[in-house]
Amino acid sequence: MNQSGRPPRSRLGSLVLIAAVVGGAAAAFAYTAGWLSPGRLTPERMIAALTPPSGAPLGHRRNHAKGICFTGVFEANGNGVELSRAKVFARGTYPALGRFNLGTADPNAVDATVRVRGLGLQIAVADGEEWRMALINPPVFAVSTPQAFHDLLIASAKKEPEAMKIFIQANPEFVAFAGWAKTAPWTTSYAEEPYHGLNSFIFTNAKGEEHAVRWSLLPTVQPGLVSQAELEKRGPDFLEQEIAERIRTAGPQRWTMVTTVADPGDPTADPSKPWPEGRRTVQVGTLIVQRIEPEQDGPCRDINFDPTVLPQGIRVSDDPFPAARSSVYRRSYDLRAAEAGDYPRTGTVKP
Amino acid sequence: MSNVPHRFAPIQRLLHWLMAACIFAMFFIGVGMVSTVAPTYPPLILTHKTLGVTLLVLVVIRLAVRLHYGAPPLPADLPPAMKLGARLSHLLLYGFMIVMPLLGLGMLWAAAYPVVLYGGIRIPALLPQSDRVHTLLWNAHFYLGFAFFALVLLHLAAGLFHALIRRDGVFGTIALLPSRNRTTPVE
Repeated sequence: MNQSGRPPRSRLGSLVLIAAVVGGAAAAFAYTAGWLSPGRLTPERMIAALTPPSGAPLGHRRNHAKGICFTGVFEANGNGVELSRAKVFARGTYPALGRFNLGTADPNAVDATVRVRGLGLQIAVADGEEWRMALINPPVFAVSTPQAFHDLLIASAKKEPEAMKIFIQANPEFVAFAGWAKTAPWTTSYAEEPYHGLNSFIFTNAKGEEHAVRWSLLPTVQPGLVSQAELEKRGPDFLEQEIAERIRTAGPQRWTMVTTVADPGDPTADPSKPWPEGRRTVQVGTLIVQRIEPEQDGPCRDINFDPTVLPQGIRVSDDPFPAARSSVYRRSYDLRAAEAGDYPRTGTVKP
Repeated sequence: MSNVPHRFAPIQRLLHWLMAACIFAMFFIGVGMVSTVAPTYPPLILTHKTLGVTLLVLVVIRLAVRLHYGAPPLPADLPPAMKLGARLSHLLLYGFMIVMPLLGLGMLWAAAYPVVLYGGIRIPALLPQSDRVHTLLWNAHFYLGFAFFALVLLHLAAGLFHALIRRDGVFGTIALLPSRNRTTPVE
């Protein structure tokens, strides 16, 4: 029992030491969890900022809540191989699954009232690898950082007109997006929209060479451009009805996937900054949308189009958004999965 | 008496401290990653998944080693309530070590996330996508994670209690390095 050579430590001193070790570990844990830092931008705070005053869209995505599923294929033409060793760029056809959507927290929004349209996509490779992405139609992102996106949500929800002025003073990059939102023509179909990744990723090819890239899906049909007032005369769900009807009558719809390669020094960390004109582009393949299915029982319903789900040969860059989106999308997924009863399936699935 | 071990075998001690360090890291990575939107989020998730699967492999090895070597007896003068607490808490610790990685994997599978570890190692899905299964496993992984952390703190406090207050040799049975003043449990 006796450890000779050392003076016996006082019982009280030992107890204090044990309490300090355990208490210190617990405090470090609490700090890491953010419980001691209410200012930290957590996924919960981002989702709270996305939530409209009328309440969260239970069972639905917390943003881009309105959407419709599609299935089809991605046809790689083989040109992407020089940029990335991802197997999805080898010439061939890969199953694709996705979702046309509107940038709103309201799953019942009137289509003509929503400026940002989006496309979520998952491309599968035979050996179980997946490439997921979520693209939108504006040519630049609204803000430079996730914190600024949070501040934008807070400012735009405020009643006072001063709130947006103060936000723009602090985040002048917002002007480019606001200009697009105000002046860009509206198209009449999901099929007529370009969808831009905006975030920068790093492609690594078989030789180990790395390139910063952004990618877009460009439509192959001429857009019918109309005013917002004209669109408002169409039904609240005309986009979903139109794309289903178009594919039924005109057949599969196509988008060309174009990757743009950055020059050294181009801003990869800021999706609100377009790269200069004339950057090298490589057409890597075609997305072919073959079938439309309602979201409620559709295959896209339970897919989280997390932009950090990437195949070998593609990785995130210093752009802070894919990480932030991954974190927030995941929380959104956890929430809506738990709320599935609020958005019941209509099919054969048990209640 | 002669084949009753007085200390855990070196491989057991090594596994204990290696897993202790990894498990401690897992608590902090887990609770840190779900509370951030920073660029550290993807590497933290990747590390959490990789370490979790590694720990699942290690606990299987550890159980096999434990069954082979057994454990040194507790001091004879330890009060029965403390002996019971020691046995129960160790059973629970093993339970957590086995269940936590399985719950983590299961909730990813049920959400249709591909499980890709460090180095591109892919773990095939053994569960189909399911809202209800995902929610059940997510809740279990989340809340049991805090319970596991609390139990590890209790285990740490008990270990220090043996080492500093009772000085009964129990801590020496698992210490990585042999104590200079070897005290063997009295039994």
